[in-house]
Amino acid sequence: MRKLIIALLFTLPSLGMAASSYIPLEKANIDLRDQASLQRGAKLFVNYCMGCHSAQYQRYNRMGRDIGLTDEQVRDNLMFAGDQVGDTMTIAMPAGDATSWFGTPPPDLSVISRSHGVDWIYTYLKSFYVDESRPFGFNNAVFPDVGMPHTMWELEGLKKAVTETVIDADGDETTRIIGFEQVKPGKLNANEFDQAARDLTNFLAYTGEPIRVERERLGIWVLLFLGVMFIFAYLLKKEYWRDIH
Amino acid sequence: MSMMNQLLGWVDARFPLSKMWKEHLSEYYAPKNFNFWYFFGSLALLVLVIQIVTGIFLTMSYKPDGELAFGSVEFIMRDVEWGWLIRYMHTTGASAFFAVVYLHMFRAMLYGSYKAPRELIWIFGCLIFLVLMAEAFFGYLLPWGQMSYWGAQVIINLFQAIPFIGPELAVWIRGDFVISDASLNRFFALHVIALPIVLLGLVVAHIIALHEVGSNNPDGIEIKKHKGPDGKPLDGIPFHPYYTVKDIVGVVVFLMVFSLVMFFAPEMGGFFIEHPNFIPADPMKTPEHIAPVWYFTPYYAILAAVPAIGGSAFPGVAAMGAAVVILFFLPWLDRQPVKSIRYRGLCYKVLLFGFVANFIMLGYLGAVPPTPVKTLLAQIGTVYYFGFFFALWFLPMFEKTKPVPERVTS
Repeated sequence: MRKLIIALLFTLPSLGMAASSYIPLEKANIDLRDQASLQRGAKLFVNYCMGCHSAQYQRYNRMGRDIGLTDEQVRDNLMFAGDQVGDTMTIAMPAGDATSWFGTPPPDLSVISRSHGVDWIYTYLKSFYVDESRPFGFNNAVFPDVGMPHTMWELEGLKKAVTETVIDADGDETTRIIGFEQVKPGKLNANEFDQAARDLTNFLAYTGEPIRVERERLGIWVLLFLGVMFIFAYLLKKEYWRDIH
Repeated sequence: MSMMNQLLGWVDARFPLSKMWKEHLSEYYAPKNFNFWYFFGSLALLVLVIQIVTGIFLTMSYKPDGELAFGSVEFIMRDVEWGWLIRYMHTTGASAFFAVVYLHMFRAMLYGSYKAPRELIWIFGCLIFLVLMAEAFFGYLLPWGQMSYWGAQVIINLFQAIPFIGPELAVWIRGDFVISDASLNRFFALHVIALPIVLLGLVVAHIIALHEVGSNNPDGIEIKKHKGPDGKPLDGIPFHPYYTVKDIVGVVVFLMVFSLVMFFAPEMGGFFIEHPNFIPADPMKTPEHIAPVWYFTPYYAILAAVPAIGGSAFPGVAAMGAAVVILFFLPWLDRQPVKSIRYRGLCYKVLLFGFVANFIMLGYLGAVPPTPVKTLLAQIGTVYYFGFFFALWFLPMFEKTKPVPERVTS
C-alpha cells in the first residue's frame, strides 16, 4: 500500500502537463493528387515561408516534376535568381542571425507535415491573431507564443482572439481562446484564405513524402501480384498434401 | 543430368552437401499436424533475411554522423533509387520481426514447446529475443530524430541507476556524458556488425538444436516414439517438400500483410515510425512525452510501474531486466509434464490467455502518458506478469489434465 501511495505521488506532476490548453484541430482535407492545389501551395510556400524557412531536402526539379511543372516554369516562377533547378530549397539566412532575430532558428519544413500532421499545420496557419504583447505583434492559438509573425496577414487580414474565462478542474481561473473576430479584412475572404491554407498544407504534405502517391499506386499492383501468387501457392500446397490427409 | 550427378558427387566427397540437405530438409521428419501457429518460425527467418539485405543497401547511403544522419535518411527517401522502398522495408521489417517473434513465443507457450527435451531450443530463442531487442534499440537511434535521441537517452540513463558502477557505466556506453555523435557511431557499429553476427550464430544454434530433437506439435507428443519398419516416425512427414510448399503459402500471406503496411501505412499511425522522429535530434529540447516503439512498451510499462526507492530508479530497471530474464527459466518453472494446452486443465488456459491480455494491456500502458489510474493498472499488470510464472510452478498440484493421445490427431 505504501509503495502504491509513493507511486501515485510520483505520477502527480504529469497531471498538470495534461491540462495545458489547446484548440481543436480542423480537418485539412487535402488531396495530394490535386496538382493545381499543389502548384498554388508551392507558390505560397516560396513567397510567404521561404524568407525564413528552408525545405532543404526538397529539390526544385523533383518538385516541378511531381506537381506538374516544367523546369522552365519552376525556374521562372518559384526560384530565386542564382539557384540551379537541381538544387534543394535552401535559404540564405545564417542560423546565427536567425537565432538573434527570432530566439530560435526557423525550423526546416521538409518533413514538418510528418512530425506535426496535416491537420495541425492547417489549423496553425489559420490561428494567428493580433497580440500586442508579442515581439512581432502576433500570437498563435495552436502554438502559443510562437516565434514567428503572421506572414500571410496581407492575405487573411487581422484577427483578434475571442476568449472566455473558465474555472478548470483544479479550481483555477484560466482563459482560453474559443474563436476569432476579424478586425481588418485582407485580400482574400475567409473561404479563399481557407483554400490558401489548404493549398499550402497540401504542398507541405507533398514535401514531407514526395513518393507517397507513387508508393500507394505501386502498392496496389504488388498486392494484386501477391493475390495471384497466393492462388498458385495454395494450389501447389494442396496438390502436394493430397497424399497426407 | 549425369554431369550434374558427377558434380554433386565431387562436392559430396569434399563437403556434406547432400547429407545436410537430407538432414535438415528432405529427411527431416516434422509432425504432420502443424497448424497456423507453426508458420512464424520460418517467417522470422524470412524477416531476418529482409532486414539483412535491406540493411546492407541502407548502409551504402546512410551516414552515422550527428550532423549528417537525419539528412542522409531523407536522402535515401528522396534521391536514392528505390531508397524509400528499402527504408520502409527495413522499418516495417523491424516491427514485423517482433510481431512474428512474439507469436512464435506464444506458440511455444500454447504447446509446451520449451519442455524437455527442448529446453536449449527455448534458451537459444530467448537469447535471440534479447539480442533482437538490443539490435532494435541501437538501430532506432540511427535516424537521429527526436525519439531516436531521447529514447536512447532515457534507456541509457537507466544504467545510471545501477548502484555503484551505474554512472561510469552509462558514460562508457555512450562514449560521452550525453547521447552524442560518439554514441551514434558506436551504436551504428553494434547495429550493423556486432549484433547481426551474434544473431545469425544464435539462429543457427536454435535450428541445429531443433533438428537434433525434432519439432514439437500441437498435441505435444513425441512422434519419434512410434516409428515404422523403415525407422521413420509414423506421424512425421519430410519437411521438404511438404512444409516448404506449405510455408510458401504462409510467406505469401505474410507478404500481403507486410505490403499493406509498407505501401499504405508505413508509419502505422505512429506505432512503427513515431511522428516526433521527423524532427532532427535536439539535445536542448526534450519532447513532452517520450515513448518507445510498440514492441518495447510492455517492458517499459513494467519499468515505469515499479516505484523508485530512495530516489533511485534501480528497482524499476531491475524489474524490467527480470521480466526478460524470467523467460529463460520457463522450462523449469512450468513443471506440468503434459505439454499441449489441448490436454491441460482450464486453469492453465485461463492463466495463459490472461497473460496475453495482460501483455497487451502493459503494451498500451507503456505507450501512453501515465495517469494515477494507468500507473495502478501497470502495477497490477506487472504483478500478474511475474505471478504467471510462479503460478505455473504450483499449477500441477491441482491441475486436472486430460489424457494425452499416443498418436497425433489431425
